[in-house]
Amino acid sequence: MPRHRVFIEDTQESFACDEAQSVLLGMEALGRKGIPVGCRNGGCGVCKVEVTSGQYVTRVMSRAHVSAEEEASGRALACRIRPTTDLRLRVLGSMRATVCGDTRASATDAP
Amino acid sequence: MAINGVLRPGHAVLRALDLDESVHFYTEVLGLQETGRDKSGRVYLKAWDERDHNSVVLRQADRAGLDCFGFKVLNDATLNTLEGRLREYGVSTERVPAGDMLETGERVRFQIPTGHLIELYAQKTSVGNGLGDLNPEAWAPNQKGISPLRMDHALIYGGDIDGNRRLFEDVLEFTLVERVKLEDGTTDLATWLTCSNKAHDIAMVRHHEDAKLHHVSFMLETWESVLRAADIMSMNRVSIDMGPTRHGITRGTTIYFFDPSGNRLETFSGGYQWYPDQNPITWTWDEVGRAIYYHDRKLNPAFLSVVT
Ligand code: FES
Ligand SMILES: [Fe+2]
Repeated sequence: MPRHRVFIEDTQESFACDEAQSVLLGMEALGRKGIPVGCRNGGCGVCKVEVTSGQYVTRVMSRAHVSAEEEASGRALACRIRPTTDLRLRVLGSMRATVCGDTRASATDAP
Repeated sequence: MAINGVLRPGHAVLRALDLDESVHFYTEVLGLQETGRDKSGRVYLKAWDERDHNSVVLRQADRAGLDCFGFKVLNDATLNTLEGRLREYGVSTERVPAGDMLETGERVRFQIPTGHLIELYAQKTSVGNGLGDLNPEAWAPNQKGISPLRMDHALIYGGDIDGNRRLFEDVLEFTLVERVKLEDGTTDLATWLTCSNKAHDIAMVRHHEDAKLHHVSFMLETWESVLRAADIMSMNRVSIDMGPTRHGITRGTTIYFFDPSGNRLETFSGGYQWYPDQNPITWTWDEVGRAIYYHDRKLNPAFLSVVT
């Protein structure tokens, strides 16, 4: 299976991601402590990203987290996209907290 | 003690992003039995040892989560009484006609303070557990996948869990079994309530968004079968959140994992039996890690933030 480079703009890190593998699983394989992996199945929304360049294929993802318009403009759940070219992306949503040390969207802002 | 009002959790209606994929997962991997499909396309499932026609209903939708959680009550008179009490309490109720859900009688549906839809019903066709009622064998031989005994409870997330607790206690006669306090020592972060002899039939965690699902749980017989469930999850590359481990709260052994739409499920075994003369157990904020995950002794970030 071809592999593609996925570049995370927020942290200037990149990793190789197999075409058969979701971008989130690729990030998980980075082994970076704190990557907030949620359901891995497109339902919880914690892995929301914005792809700023490159091509990918998607699987159905929760409309509670990514609207059709957002999806058309490059927003996606990282667990539901697979790269078909190299990608550049920005991390959105509650994932920012742990990937980028951004406390505005803390993963534990619940209670 | 007699259990004669609300008997037990009876159904969880879950949303599926890809219905075929979910049905495959729930039947082949979790090992529930498909018992029917209705005109609107909902798929009905039951665990092998459940007698009633369904305990899990899957509905194709564009988002994950829980449509509603239903409790079976003793009989029609109890249903009417509880509906009356809900109204007296100021809760508006709606009657969903019999047959709207396959093999299920009229349901009394209402919204609780955290925004979740709860249903009560008295009638659901008994299709049996396959063993019969006369001189039965010990278990059904035709089981697939993890094959839990039953759908057991749910953990829901939302804002006003105090309002929820009062409604469940004052109107539906549930009892508080365990609670976790926040740092201030007074506010409940979470509560576990029972309507039966179980350590919990429903639990709730305070959260900034209403109407969220943390997990729907399925009961296994032994710790050994919890390990076997984890093996089956790995064989099928199921997304696991936590475990196998033990909860300090309720003392159940557990695995948290996700269905193909990202809804968290649990398979668990054990825990204690509750009796009405037991005092509620309180956990303090500094011990919340051990309360939730008895061995790790700390929360994973997903516990408080990953919901559908
Ligand atoms: S991890 Fe839950 S939507 Fe991607
Ligand atoms: Fe549970």
